[in-house]
Amino acid sequence: MESYLFPFDSLICMLLGISFTVLFTLLLVFIIVPAIFGVSFGIRRLYMKSLIKLFEVSELMLSIISEEVWIIAKEPVSLEQEIQDMRRGGAEPEFDMSDIFYFCRRGVESIVDDEVTKRFTAEELESWNLLTRSNYNFHHISTRLTALWGVGVLIRYGFLLPLRVTLAFTGVGLLVVLTSIVGLFPNGRMKNYLSDKVHLMCYRICVRALTAIITYHDSENKPKNGGICVANHTSPIDVIILASDGCYAMVGQVHGGLMGVIQRAMVKACPHIWFERSEVKDRHLVAKRLSDHIADKSKLPILIFPEGTCINNTSVMMFKKGSFEIGCRVYPVAIKYDPRFGDAFWNSSKFGMVNYLLRMMSSWAIVCSVWYLPPMSRMEGEDAVQFANRVKAAIARKGGLADLLWDGGLKRGKVKEVFKEEQQKLYSKVLVGSSEDCSRS
Amino acid sequence: MGSTNSTLLKIPNVEVLMQETGFSPAHIIRLHDRFKALDKEGRGHLCPQDFGAIKELAMNPIGDRIIGAFFSPGKEMVDFHTFVKILAHFRPVDKDRPKEPNSPELINSRSNKLKFAFQLYDQDKDGKISRDELLKVLRAMLGMQVTEEQLESIADRTIQEADLDRDDAISFEEFRKSLEKVNIDHKMSIRFLR
Repeated sequence: MESYLFPFDSLICMLLGISFTVLFTLLLVFIIVPAIFGVSFGIRRLYMKSLIKLFEVSELMLSIISEEVWIIAKEPVSLEQEIQDMRRGGAEPEFDMSDIFYFCRRGVESIVDDEVTKRFTAEELESWNLLTRSNYNFHHISTRLTALWGVGVLIRYGFLLPLRVTLAFTGVGLLVVLTSIVGLFPNGRMKNYLSDKVHLMCYRICVRALTAIITYHDSENKPKNGGICVANHTSPIDVIILASDGCYAMVGQVHGGLMGVIQRAMVKACPHIWFERSEVKDRHLVAKRLSDHIADKSKLPILIFPEGTCINNTSVMMFKKGSFEIGCRVYPVAIKYDPRFGDAFWNSSKFGMVNYLLRMMSSWAIVCSVWYLPPMSRMEGEDAVQFANRVKAAIARKGGLADLLWDGGLKRGKVKEVFKEEQQKLYSKVLVGSSEDCSRS
Repeated sequence: MGSTNSTLLKIPNVEVLMQETGFSPAHIIRLHDRFKALDKEGRGHLCPQDFGAIKELAMNPIGDRIIGAFFSPGKEMVDFHTFVKILAHFRPVDKDRPKEPNSPELINSRSNKLKFAFQLYDQDKDGKISRDELLKVLRAMLGMQVTEEQLESIADRTIQEADLDRDDAISFEEFRKSLEKVNIDHKMSIRFLR
């Protein structure tokens, strides 16, 4: 009886062996080799075009329009103007019982719809891209669409996900091994050259591991040594996207585990800035290390995300002023993701890192655009906060994102008292300024 | 239409709600989504902390009074119906809705909007705004920006102007009279697009 099984056994083994070899060769030729040399066959762009066609088909199938995006008309009228309007007779503004209407209305408006909560949940799509995770308003509509979705699931989880995970492990593994090897070289031009090449190659493999289709604009403004590169932050993938097109010195906290291994390996090849947990609190120490790094022109530009947290890519929130106090050239970069192919936003309160990466790797693709803006420096008489806001406005404008005053820290913390005081100050200026005139007359 | 109908069916007594408040089905659904978004723990009702989590509201000088307006005295929970009914105060007045002679007063009538604003002042609900209550509101709106004397003089002046029966407090009628000329509909309405 056993003799019947043997031929099948070896047949299966042979088939498996051949398919693995074929797969690996394909992988090598079409993905890894181009990554090493920084060329592209254009397979990903072709894939993107076919995905767009697929979404158009699904949109046709969707005969039901999604619920209309509902916005309330928020009056852009300021506090002062509103109070002037409410005065009858045009006498000097004094306190009136109706002044409370302004605050009352604004309060209820924020109950119905507030700016901040919107930014920390993923952006809503107008039509469905066949991923249930972006399915907010759509319920089971037609069998054909569900079938299409089913096929999509098979492709994404059965083919794309294993492929991408393999690539990811390859990329990370190569990064650790090769940077350690480069670290053995003596410091000098050769080492820098090799380190750049190694970093670029590994990041490119990671980009392919995510099927990220990136369009870089205005590459003549790419960051140079002795400067800081600032960008808006949507997810940890931002780092991979930027680092696959240029070489940067990373800044971050020292982690344990796999991240720690990667960090230690990277720093052998070229100087990155990793802080111990305790050092992060000491702002002077942080600033000093950053300025020391910048002063050395042979070191790479530093990559920093001044928002401090991940925002959902519909807006840019307040930039922390720390990186703008150093007084060197700032190279702003705007990153805008196309949400149709996969939502790159990392909602850290909902998903952990591993969960997030798995979601990323089982989406269709990550499509984004990167704009390199011309460098900016702090002008005479401008303080760090104003400079930060100027840079933020430029990034928001270029990327087509809303420019908000809000602090990304609001995602977790309570509103600082200072915001309430601002409102009180504005209101009192309208009243008290005029009651002084009253008392004089 | 299929998806909207199924959401509407999940809300109990939704027909009555639409009748009473005048919100369209689309608005009710959107408010329901908002209610669910605020109700982070999925309990089916809101408590004061859920409102407190709205950052813009926390920044509002009278934010806690507005939150208080949603909760009747002694209750710590707001269900969807109450939520919608209170928000209905801020619907713009329907200019083209014919006035039926025996129908109950609309929630978003001028008088009801004024009553809503009145209760923001009158926290002890005795029907009058005392000097003390007025001072509290002034302090909330102005904070540390003016001195205590200035606050008191503003309060005194306001009561003097509005208090017609000289009982040193402002009743609802006096409140309404003093705001005769103000365009309440414009100032106490939220314009919903579509």
